[in-house]
Amino acid sequence: MIPLESPLGPLLPEHISELVVGTVLFVIILVVMWKVVSPRMEKMYTERANDIRGGIERADKAQAEAQEALAAYQAKLATAQDEAQKIREAAKASGAQVAEEIKAQAEQDAQRIVATAHTQVEAEKAHVVDELRRDIGGMATTLASKIVGETLDDDARVKKTVDDFIASLEKETV
Amino acid sequence: MAGLHAITLLDGEVPTFGVDAFNSAPLFPSEIWEESHGAEYTWTDIWFTNHICLAIIGAIVVIAFWLIVTHKPQVVPGKRQWMGEYLYNIVRNSIAREVIGENYQKYVPWLLALFSFIVVNNFFGEFFLIMFPTFSKVGFVWALAILSWILYNAVGIKRFGLLHYLKKMTVPPGVPKALLILIIPLEVLSNFITRPITLALRLFANLFAGHLVVMVFVTGGAWLLVYSQNIVYHVAGGVSILVSFGVLALELLVAFLQAYIFTVLTAQYVSSALAEEH
Repeated sequence: MIPLESPLGPLLPEHISELVVGTVLFVIILVVMWKVVSPRMEKMYTERANDIRGGIERADKAQAEAQEALAAYQAKLATAQDEAQKIREAAKASGAQVAEEIKAQAEQDAQRIVATAHTQVEAEKAHVVDELRRDIGGMATTLASKIVGETLDDDARVKKTVDDFIASLEKETV
Repeated sequence: MAGLHAITLLDGEVPTFGVDAFNSAPLFPSEIWEESHGAEYTWTDIWFTNHICLAIIGAIVVIAFWLIVTHKPQVVPGKRQWMGEYLYNIVRNSIAREVIGENYQKYVPWLLALFSFIVVNNFFGEFFLIMFPTFSKVGFVWALAILSWILYNAVGIKRFGLLHYLKKMTVPPGVPKALLILIIPLEVLSNFITRPITLALRLFANLFAGHLVVMVFVTGGAWLLVYSQNIVYHVAGGVSILVSFGVLALELLVAFLQAYIFTVLTAQYVSSALAEEH
């Protein structure tokens, strides 16, 4: 076979078998690429893209969660500080009240004690005065009887004299 | 075949170069083929040739390569998958996505098959033991060019319907009516006839001529170096062999480039068939 002898020269296939085999082989390769190779690669590319997108989303989510947690923590901290402040103030207030109450109680007690003492003293004084009046009157009468030499006991006038004397004594002492 | 020339060199005869060096040889030559020195043949002589065998090996290499590198692809690729992805992305991103744009994924398998089949067979031209680019046999190239022609016309017709597609491809918008009589034949010629022909010719001629040039430099240089009676010719032969290495390196570039161009142009034709207005 000398291809140059044909009008197409070397552009004419030497054998028709080349054309047929070339077509068949290409179609076989095409089918393998179309049904196996390309789907494998495209599937992998999709997975890869999803992975990357998923990774970014996960990172974003984690960051958002961290932000949220931080905000919640800060809010909690602020509340806690507020509460502590309130408790401190309440404690201060209640402490002052307690002190006030104790003071008032003490004053009351003191007044009560003083009042009781006064009453007692008054009572005792009255009692003593009473006794003294009686004793001194007796003693003075006895003494006067001895001096005068007569009994003055039943004499109403004597009794009145003694009483006047004692009254004058009381006036002097007062 | 280069091998045959090596034998003639030992006889000291002037080697002959030409397109007959590209003739196929049957793998299992029949008696008729043997007796007539290839002028007559049986079907086995043309269906089981060395070049058919090469194309089949090429196809097996391509399929095996892609099945291996895409076996159980991981989101985080290993070395094997990385290499596969790198090559896949040349076709997918640099060709299909750049040229076709919208809905390019549909055409990736076609372009991938085209690119890898061509590039592997082209590298056969520089690969020791084989040293023959399959696509310097024009029949294989016609097959691919016709398939690409069918592809871009089919997607265009599918999208626009036959009549609308033909009108879109032959009547450019904004042309005065009087000029249509000139424009329509020109558009038919450029969009439906010269496209597949130039696609095929470009690939075939590059591979054919490139391989021929390498053969000329190697066999001619070897003959001059060994058998010429003139010192100048000896030197020229040595230089010629040295140059052949450079030419071979250039052929490596051409092998890749032509596969790339064929694929890009196919994508370009698909894109123009799908475009609303061109």
